[in-house]
Amino acid sequence: MQNADCILIQGSNMAECHPVGFQWVMEAKARGATVIHVDPRFTRTSALADVHVPIRAGSDIAFLGGIVNHILANGREFREYVAAYTNASTLVGDDFADTEDLDGVFSGFDPDTRTYDPATWQYAGMAAATAAAGHREQAMGEAHGHGSKHQGAGRPDTDPSLQDPRCVFQILKRHFSRYTPEMVEEICGVPPELFTRVAEALCANSGRERTSAFVYSVGWTQHTVGVQYIRTASIIQLLLGNIGRPGGGILALRGHASIQGSTDIPTLFNILPGYLPMVPARGPTDLAGYIDAYNAPAGFWGHMDSYLVSMLKAWWGDAATADNDYCFDYLPRIDADHSHYRSTLDMADGNVKGFFVVGENPVVGSANGRLQCQALANLDWLVVRDLVEIETAAFWYDSPEIDSGEARTADIGTEVFFLPAAAHTEKDGSFTNTQRLLQWHHAAVEPPDDCRSDLWFYFHLGRIIKDKLAASTEARDRPVLDLTWDYPTHGPLAEPDAEAVLREISGWGPDGAVDGYTDLRADGSTACGCWIYSGSYAGETNQAARRRPGSEQSWVAPEWGWAWPANRRMLYNRASADPEGRPWSTRKAYVWWDEDSGRWSGEDVADFAATMRPDYRPPEGASAEDALRGDEPFVMQTDGRGWLFAPTGLVDGPLPAHYEPHESPFTNSLYGQESNPARLVYSRRGNRSNPGGGRPGADAFPYVISTYRLTEHHTAGGMSRFLAYLCELQPAMFCEVSPELAAERGLVNGGWATVVTARSAIEARVLVTRRMPALRVQGRIVHQVGLPYHWGRRGLSPGDSANDLAGVVLDPNVHIQESKAASCDIRPGRRPQGPDLTRLVDEYLGRAGITGEGP
Amino acid sequence: MTPTGTDDGAVRTYYGRPVLKAPVWKWPIPVYFFTGGLAGASASLALAARLNGDEALARRALGVAALAAAASPPLLIADLGRPERFLNMLRVAKPTSPMSVGTWVVSAFVPTAVGAAACERTGRLHRVGRVLGAVAGALGPVMCTYTGVLLADTAVPAWHEAHRELPFVFAGSAMASAGAAAVALSPVDGADVAIARRLLAAGVVVEGTASQVMERAHPDACAPYRGTGRAAVLARTARALTVTGTAVALTVGRRRRPAAAAGGALVLVGALCDRLCVSAAGVESARDPRATIGPQRRRLTRTG
Amino acid sequence: MIAGDRPPQGDPATDAGWATDQPRLGFFTDTSLCIGCKACEVACKEWNGVPDDGFDFSGTSYDNTGALGADTWRHVTFTEKLVPTPAGDEVRWLMSSDVCKHCTDAACLDVCPTGALFRTEHGTVVVQDDVCNGCGYCVPACPFGVIDQRRGDGRVWKCTLCYDRIGVGMTPACAQACPTESIQFGRLDHLRAAADGRATALRAGGAPDARLYGADATDGVGGMGAFFLLLDDPETYGLPPDPVVTTRDLASMWRTAGAAAVAVVATVAGAVLTGRR
Repeated sequence: MQNADCILIQGSNMAECHPVGFQWVMEAKARGATVIHVDPRFTRTSALADVHVPIRAGSDIAFLGGIVNHILANGREFREYVAAYTNASTLVGDDFADTEDLDGVFSGFDPDTRTYDPATWQYAGMAAATAAAGHREQAMGEAHGHGSKHQGAGRPDTDPSLQDPRCVFQILKRHFSRYTPEMVEEICGVPPELFTRVAEALCANSGRERTSAFVYSVGWTQHTVGVQYIRTASIIQLLLGNIGRPGGGILALRGHASIQGSTDIPTLFNILPGYLPMVPARGPTDLAGYIDAYNAPAGFWGHMDSYLVSMLKAWWGDAATADNDYCFDYLPRIDADHSHYRSTLDMADGNVKGFFVVGENPVVGSANGRLQCQALANLDWLVVRDLVEIETAAFWYDSPEIDSGEARTADIGTEVFFLPAAAHTEKDGSFTNTQRLLQWHHAAVEPPDDCRSDLWFYFHLGRIIKDKLAASTEARDRPVLDLTWDYPTHGPLAEPDAEAVLREISGWGPDGAVDGYTDLRADGSTACGCWIYSGSYAGETNQAARRRPGSEQSWVAPEWGWAWPANRRMLYNRASADPEGRPWSTRKAYVWWDEDSGRWSGEDVADFAATMRPDYRPPEGASAEDALRGDEPFVMQTDGRGWLFAPTGLVDGPLPAHYEPHESPFTNSLYGQESNPARLVYSRRGNRSNPGGGRPGADAFPYVISTYRLTEHHTAGGMSRFLAYLCELQPAMFCEVSPELAAERGLVNGGWATVVTARSAIEARVLVTRRMPALRVQGRIVHQVGLPYHWGRRGLSPGDSANDLAGVVLDPNVHIQESKAASCDIRPGRRPQGPDLTRLVDEYLGRAGITGEGP
Repeated sequence: MTPTGTDDGAVRTYYGRPVLKAPVWKWPIPVYFFTGGLAGASASLALAARLNGDEALARRALGVAALAAAASPPLLIADLGRPERFLNMLRVAKPTSPMSVGTWVVSAFVPTAVGAAACERTGRLHRVGRVLGAVAGALGPVMCTYTGVLLADTAVPAWHEAHRELPFVFAGSAMASAGAAAVALSPVDGADVAIARRLLAAGVVVEGTASQVMERAHPDACAPYRGTGRAAVLARTARALTVTGTAVALTVGRRRRPAAAAGGALVLVGALCDRLCVSAAGVESARDPRATIGPQRRRLTRTG
Repeated sequence: MIAGDRPPQGDPATDAGWATDQPRLGFFTDTSLCIGCKACEVACKEWNGVPDDGFDFSGTSYDNTGALGADTWRHVTFTEKLVPTPAGDEVRWLMSSDVCKHCTDAACLDVCPTGALFRTEHGTVVVQDDVCNGCGYCVPACPFGVIDQRRGDGRVWKCTLCYDRIGVGMTPACAQACPTESIQFGRLDHLRAAADGRATALRAGGAPDARLYGADATDGVGGMGAFFLLLDDPETYGLPPDPVVTTRDLASMWRTAGAAAVAVVATVAGAVLTGRR
């Protein structure tokens, strides 16, 4: 990142939420980079940026789409990169119809189910292509009604001149042609001069000699169109040639330590470790069927068999043999949407009986705290493992609903087990950070009292369950009984050896620890818990524990920790060289073809078949990476290209389109379709929505609300609200408002305000600040209200929870809630207590005419 | 308070917050300034009277000096954050610290004044008593004035800016109170009471003049003495008590003992209020960031 | 030592009688790099065991700490201001981590009557908490309002520049925790040289108001052991624009006191003698 010439931070408050990583932005700035921050608020990040662009929350696609249009309309794309490395030249089928044709929806939309059939989005003459990692799981779930069938061998039709009206480049041009600076101003409230300044800064700092980087965080993801926000950034970066090159890329900053790790080795409901698809209940019935369904014809997803069989061997060891399909049958099957919010609703409806909450505090950190409490109250049992008794563990006697009389402790039958957890300083293990870097930490002290590590808890839980089932002859118990569960333990607490777990994740073969995923085989001779982590224990050494100082190695620092895959520090880095394998420029040289040694060489491990020549052309019948050409850098894609247009992998459209947030005071200036048509809405009592722009009752909620974090606190507060040194720095829940809004609503700095949505009303201290700009959108002034979401009822600094205001309405791709943009009202003074609180919210529901079941 | 700017008229501040820390001294310290000054001036008066042969006045003044001196150390120790460590004051002797200098002066003065008075009362060790009395009398002027330096040698504008006047204010006030105490304790027709009256009058004049000079020379730093704050109220009270007490002592008090006693007492209370006033002015001055920043900014502007 | 040998940043350790050739150590706080994360405040408290300072919402931007004091040895200030530009008013948010200045001419040290405050071999100023008897004299003496008495404890406390860490070659906790190198620790002569270059570069690069504060040995406190790069006038950050060590005038004060004492002698003598017939 320090190599970037321009850094655009949007949907992220990097300085505040990722202060340690922000040192690299400062480093780039010191080297002359232009730093731009696009955000509804002027934050600590803006303070250090060269340019701050105030924007209306929830309008980012319009802004980014404007940049796409600026690039295309002015011919500012990196033409050689675009032509060679993206799917710009690929022709799309005749059946495809764009939002421009259908007033805001793509072809294939079924208004009854509110879902898309992506059949018409495919490349001309081909069946559905296979998307790369991270998108696959969407194609898997039956919840979305389509399993992905890849096409056979063959290459899509292209027009290298990019002139064919059906080619991606021309489709892109048409799609974004109305995203003009004037439209950006109309939707986002950003003046055209400021917008053009940003667009030009990006263009001027991209190309052969220069690169620009994007940074985003949950300010982009927590929307009903969150995935498409990031897609728009991907399009910009591909057009400008900023992917796979030093100082380029799109950096997704994670919410806290090892969130990346928790998707790699997932806590998600719909993928297996290493982004392997979960098996659908009505999907493939045997290993061969699974491989047939999901193995990609080209690229590194073409080794699905090696990855999965090695994983099965790691799980079931000797019990997994070729004869029993390596215990493929033991894998759990996925039968429906079991994402967090769907499960919460199922709990509230009595369909889920038990719940483990580990390292989360959903009553504070998830949308609609009241719904969360209702769900918990309807369980048979609840296990909470945390450092302190957080709100989620105490919901049965301490909650806003108990206060208001809506819930009574005596009526809550949930049996709650609170188990004290060890902190990271009290246990061995690894963090995987946003750049996929595994860094090992060693226990500094023993955990106190009954506190235990998660590893200890799950290992001994599994051990006890196995003991209890030992006598079972039931077939259904075999997957548990046959699990390899033989990790060595040490110390008086019988703490499992974390390095033994890492070794299993990394994998072994007949000769001991494997060097990497290219060593994995589908014949049962290798075991590997997670193929992308393969090699993290290469040479029987904990590679993640390496800490060679930066001063003793190259600037890429390959001997600090270990990055997946294959200790590669930058993905798709083949793109840092031109099609012939030469660096695009000396200034931006990173990985290149070395004719003398016949290998890819450079600063980093090449993300490419190590000895594949740039002029390699796949022979007939080639598979996996050998089926890609020597100048196709995107090795996880079946066509080896960066996708400007995504024929598959997304459930809400192959291209991003601006939709208004689910709750918005405005109508969509671009299309008749107001909001993402495929968004997931769960309208029920307690989860009603504020009326959208233009609809009756919308004026009851005239302001835009956004939630965020502060440096001083940690997410839902479990790790910060109980510490005096942090609480004194931000001691109270507060809201940030502009002086104009304060004047309009009689809010006094330092006083109290009550913020209201259809879900609830909360109170907060008032911070009047010029850092909350009032914006002119669609010709009228709109005010935004900022709310940090750290507070809850417990700890040294209690306060109302911002998420009590948020509704459960989700992005259809990844089931994330829209908590970064909604509408609200704000009024001076503290909120009513007890039953009067419910009455206030009901009064608003009445005023806004919210009664029915509809969205 | 506006949260979004630091412009506050001509002087910019950080949310109106003080630049300095207000003095942490509580009431015992200004009360000590009074007792110390009274003791010092009385000891000097006693010595002078004795040298002049006014034994009765000398005895009374020495008694006052001893009582006031004896009251001083407890006051000083009581105000320490760690009173049990008061002896740490004697670890070092630092000329850069007026408090250190003062500690050594007090340490010398209090035993000598008390000892001299004890000798006189008991009639024992007559010569030793005379020597002690002479030492106390010689230290008396330092006791009256070093406290002015003690306050002036801080960053508090009301105190530091007035460093040329404060010792005179304190000296005048100390002499006035010594004179007042002697007037109050002397018979109205005694030969030596006139000395006490003259000292009272001279002290009031010195104190009043020095105060006026101070407030005129440093109008900004001395702002707390005006207006409606605690210091201003104390200043007016002190002035009223002193003027009234002096007038009573020098008019009716020439003829009637009760009036002399009342006038002397009023002047003493006035002198006490005067010390409380200067203390309060320091606290208010330190809490006002404009008082700190304004003169510094003007100084920079002047010197470019 | 002859005057010409005295390094430009001062050598208070030698002046204080240390027979040491150790370099003077200090902080350079470059506020242009500060992101207001307050890690310095927390790291300082953790290492030094400083108690919390109360949970009061101040309404003054993100500064809920308020000021340096007995229980706050690093304090991050937040100043929001509007700057007029051709394109309209722009918001600026200035952040700065304030700390004890460890003055070359330190008033707190000068006035301390017990010797609890002393000059270390590194040229820093430290309170010995086993000596301090809580007389409170240093509190109003400090021209920056740094040192204060701790309630319930009675003694005074302030930044020690992590005396226990730097003595064994470690970096002070705040500088160690600072993610952007806004707080730099090291030899004062090296820091001063680097700071000069940084200020010049910033002024050339579009920050005309960038200036050093406390880097000048001829200022009122003889230069500071912890100095700053500021982007606005010092008072914007709550710093005095032209602080002067109060003891600079001490000789004059003693002279005045002497004159006043003489006046007492003269007046008393006059009172006695005037009545003589």
